[in-house]
Formats: sequence, C-alpha cells, structure tokens
Amino acid sequence: MPSSANPLAAPRMRDPTTEGPLTRRVLLGIALIFLALVLLLPLVAVFAEALRNGIGTALLAVTDRDTLAAIRLTLLVAAISVPLNLVFGVAAAWAIAKFEFRGKAFLITLIDLPFSVSPVIAGLVYVLLFGASSVLGPYLSAQGFHVLFAVPGVVLATIFVTFPFVARELIPLMQAQGTGDEEAALSLGADGWQTFWHVTLPNIRWALLYGVLLCNARAMGEFGAVSVVSGRLRGETVTMPLQIEILYNEYSFVAAFAVASLLALLALVTLVLKSLLEWHYGHELAASNGRR
Amino acid sequence: MDVRISNVGKEFERFPALHGVSLDIASGELIALLGPSGSGKTTLLRLIAGLEIPTEGTIFFGDEDASRRTVQERNVGFVFQHYALFRHMTVAENIGFGLKVRPRATRPPKSEIRRRASELLDLVQLSGLEDRFPNQLSGGQRQRVALARALAIEPRVLLLDEPFGALDAQVRKELRRWLRDIHDKTGHTTVFVTHDQEEALELADRVVVMSQGRIEQVGEPDEVYDRPNSPFVFGFVGPASILPVTVEDGEVLLQDRPIGIPAGELPTGTAILAFRPHDVEVVESGEPAIVGTVVASRRIGGVREVELEAGGGRERLEIEIPVDHPATARSRVAFRPKRWRLYGDRPS
Repeated sequence: MPSSANPLAAPRMRDPTTEGPLTRRVLLGIALIFLALVLLLPLVAVFAEALRNGIGTALLAVTDRDTLAAIRLTLLVAAISVPLNLVFGVAAAWAIAKFEFRGKAFLITLIDLPFSVSPVIAGLVYVLLFGASSVLGPYLSAQGFHVLFAVPGVVLATIFVTFPFVARELIPLMQAQGTGDEEAALSLGADGWQTFWHVTLPNIRWALLYGVLLCNARAMGEFGAVSVVSGRLRGETVTMPLQIEILYNEYSFVAAFAVASLLALLALVTLVLKSLLEWHYGHELAASNGRR
Repeated sequence: MDVRISNVGKEFERFPALHGVSLDIASGELIALLGPSGSGKTTLLRLIAGLEIPTEGTIFFGDEDASRRTVQERNVGFVFQHYALFRHMTVAENIGFGLKVRPRATRPPKSEIRRRASELLDLVQLSGLEDRFPNQLSGGQRQRVALARALAIEPRVLLLDEPFGALDAQVRKELRRWLRDIHDKTGHTTVFVTHDQEEALELADRVVVMSQGRIEQVGEPDEVYDRPNSPFVFGFVGPASILPVTVEDGEVLLQDRPIGIPAGELPTGTAILAFRPHDVEVVESGEPAIVGTVVASRRIGGVREVELEAGGGRERLEIEIPVDHPATARSRVAFRPKRWRLYGDRPS
C-alpha cells in the first residue's frame, strides 16, 4: 500500500463537498457585481433622481392633484383585487389540495395562465370582452356601467394578473399537510366552518400572508394590463405606474422619479416583510416536517 | 356501546377495498384489526368512524343505524397514526378542542374545559405539559395527547389507526401496556388497527385477521395463534413454515414418502402443512420425517435457525434447533413437527 494513502501524511484536505476558496470568491464576486449593476444601482438612481432638487420638490411632485388621485386609485384597486384573490386563492387551493375531482389538472393549468401570458394580452382580452364592438360592452354601457377605460376595467385587469399568487403559494403547502388535521377536527365534532377556521386557516396562515404580500406588490405595480384598459384619463383611471410613465413622457423627471421611489419603497417594504415571513414560516414548516 | 357491522362493502373508484364484512363488537371490548397493508383494515376503521361512507351494508352503534350519521354525530374518538395534533394549539387546547367546538347549549365553560384537559393529562401521565406545543413533545407523548384529545369528547367508541406505527420499538412496547391500562380504567369499546401481530396478540381481547378486503378469522389471541383457520392466518400471526403436501389414505406424504404425520379426516388430495419453526424435533434418518438440505443457518440467542430446502428443493422451510444439537453441523436434517396444522384444499 502506498504511504500517501495514510490520511495523516496527506496535506491539508478541504471538505470535498465545497469548492476551493478561489472558486468561491469568484462565484460570489460575479453574483455581487451582477446584482449591484442590475438591481442596486438602478434602485439608488431612482431615489437619487427623485431627491436631486431636494426633498421639498419631491414632496411637491407627490402631492400634485393628479398624482394623489393615482395613488388613491392604486390603493383602491389593490384593496379590491387582493381580498378577492385571497378568497379565490384559498378556495382553489383547498379544492385542489383536499379533493379529487375531474378536471383538477386543468384547473391548476388555468391558475397558472396569468403567469404564462403577457400582461398586455391580459388587457387586450378585456378590450375584446367589453370593447365597443363586443356583445357585453355596449349593453353594459347602455345601463350606465362602463368597464373599459374606467375603474372596473382596471380592477378586472389587475385581478387577472394577480390571480395565481395566493393559490400558488398555498397549493404545495396544503398538499403536503394532507387532510389528517381536518379529519381529526371532524371526528372531534367540529363542523366544516369550525374546521376551516380553527384548523385549516391557522395551518396555512404564514403562507397565506406571504401570498397576499406578493399579490399586493404586483397589484400595485402592474403596468401592462392596466395600461391597455385604462384609457389614461388623468385623475380618473391612471394608477401609479401609469402616472410615472405620463410624467416621464412629459419630461417631469423629478416628479416621475418621486412617484417611482414611492413604488420602490413599497417594494422594499414588501421585501423586508417577505424575509420576516420566510424566517417565521420556514421555522413553522420545519416544525411541521418534524411532525411527520 | 356495542358495534355491529353488517355486510359492509366499500369500493374506491370501482376498486373494491372491502367485501361484505360482518363483525360484532361487544361493549367494552378491545379489538385488534390485524392484516397486511391493503387488507382493508384501515378502511373498516374509517367506515366505523364515519370518515368513509360504505358502498353497501350497515353499521350499528347499539340499536342505532350509525351509517346514516355523519362523523360528527357518531361521537367517536379517533387516533391517527401521525397523531394529527393541531400544531398551533397547546396541549391543553388540543385536548379541549372537541369540547370548545360544541354548540353553545352543550359547551362547558372555559374553566371546565381546562379542568377536563388537566384531568385527562393526568390519565395519560403527562401532567404539567398543558402549555407545551406539539412540536415540543416526543412521538410517544404526542400520541398520548392525541388519545387524551379523543377521550375528551367522551366517545361512544374509541378507534385507533396504527397508533404506535410511527414510534420506535421501545416506546411502542411501553405504550402498548399503557393503552391496555387506560382501556381497563375507562372501559371504552376500542378498535385498533395494526399490522404488527405481536401488538395485536398482546393487547387485544379479540383479534380480527383481515386479508384482501375480507375477514379471515376472528378469535381470542390464543385461538388465532394456536388454531389459525387458514395458511394465511397461520403465516401472518407468527413465524411459520408452510409446505404443500399430498394426503393419501389418512397419511401425509411429501414427494410420495410418508413424513410421520396422520392426516386425520382429510380426504385424499393435495393439502398444506403448516408449523411453527420452534415446534419441531430433529429425528434420526430412516424414520418417516421431512428431510431437507441446509441452505443457511444463523444463531439467534439460544437457538439456531436453520433454513432448509425440502419437497423437491422448491420450498424453503425454517426450523429452530438448540445450538448444541449435533444436527446443527449436518448438511441434511430430518425433522418432524411436534405440532402442526393441516389445511385441505378449500372449496372455493
């Protein structure tokens, strides 16, 4: 046997499952430089541009009448579409995870549709459905209910785009959890609603919050689909992302970036909350895995 | 509460899981449903609980037709293999859950629920753990909490689905005795499912052996172990050697040679001989006996387990002989079962 096989004689050995220090540094370096260039730099630029003429100018731009209306509309749209998608998401995830039925695979595919389709197409679909040359549009208009180029259209387009977030977040978790806890609750005498409220909902609460958070971020930030159906009536159907574009096209850079930094702030808050949730929710997931 | 299962069948998407099963369970009895996976034992338990609806047949609780009742109305205590404790509730909240969800008219006050939970924790020997969460407990403790939770609703029947299946061997043994104690103290009619014959035989008043959606045999543990009514039951309830033989004129033959076992009243034809590996005696060659070639042998504690090929080399048999017996060194061993069961071809 050659003496080099003796582990004591061997030179310093590194953990065979990791890379050498040089490789590690290079990989880390590439990732960090890329992130800085593509993500961090633009983010800093947004805030820098907004504050170029001082915080007073930025505040003035944000409190402009049309901008305030855009902020209000954005909040309204999120306040309608997020709860609706929350209810839909829970219902769909519940159905998919806990029951067997015909067309289940189709439903899962359908939920994913908004992810795979371009938002512009999502908007165009509503133009086709409710436009002047459609069947529904003129009828609804005659009743005095305008969908296209009005708030309902903006809400519909946003709901379409943010459809999958909650359901997608819940389905894998609920599938992993199975129906054991629900059966236990039923056998203890709880009815369907009590079982949902006391057992199912607490089991999914963190994932649900996480899904709502992502859904909300997207609802407030959606541009493409909303841009098609909104018609850009200032102060009426313009949301924050649209307002930013309008201001930018009018060369009001400071105003555009001031509103943009509001959206960016929202993104940052979302990220922080998301990390907090992941920390908590990961903990809970580990606990539930240990249980099985 | 006595439970009567009458001709119950269950199909899942046209796949039959249970065929016309009938079983009477006396009040206060501790019954084991024993069988391999896929034998329908868990399905039967879930049918009693109301977690499944039978395709045919009826289940009575006393004189009441329970199969028309929902799981909530049946008031059964169900204990799951993986505990199914509510992980966001404390131990006390878990145990009190069944009382908390009662309609206002029959719901005890909060302090009473809490008191009941503590009482039940005493019963399952976990006093003082009221405010722990399930993930802070060991597997054995969790299963005790699950049982306390099931007992809290004062169930008419207690049902346990492989209650010790997820626990390690040591804890299993301990909990077995403990469950027997609890049963004797509380007197609930109890049905538990297991695939572990030792567990069933040690714990139950009566054992129901199931296979392929049918009940093979129902009896007290001794009866099932000593007088299994089919080769399947014989093989399932304990270590077994099973050998196809022929019967001719009241004698059992293996490859046309008598093996020194009377066939009793079995008619001429093929039959199946079954015996326990420890119920054999080694004999000198020349006497009528089963002769086999040693394939493998291993020492297990005080005995040597010898694997033999007999009956034309196709059948593997296992026998146990004392370690100091001279036969342990031979390559061919002749032996005769001291006790055995002989099964004629069942008219099917």
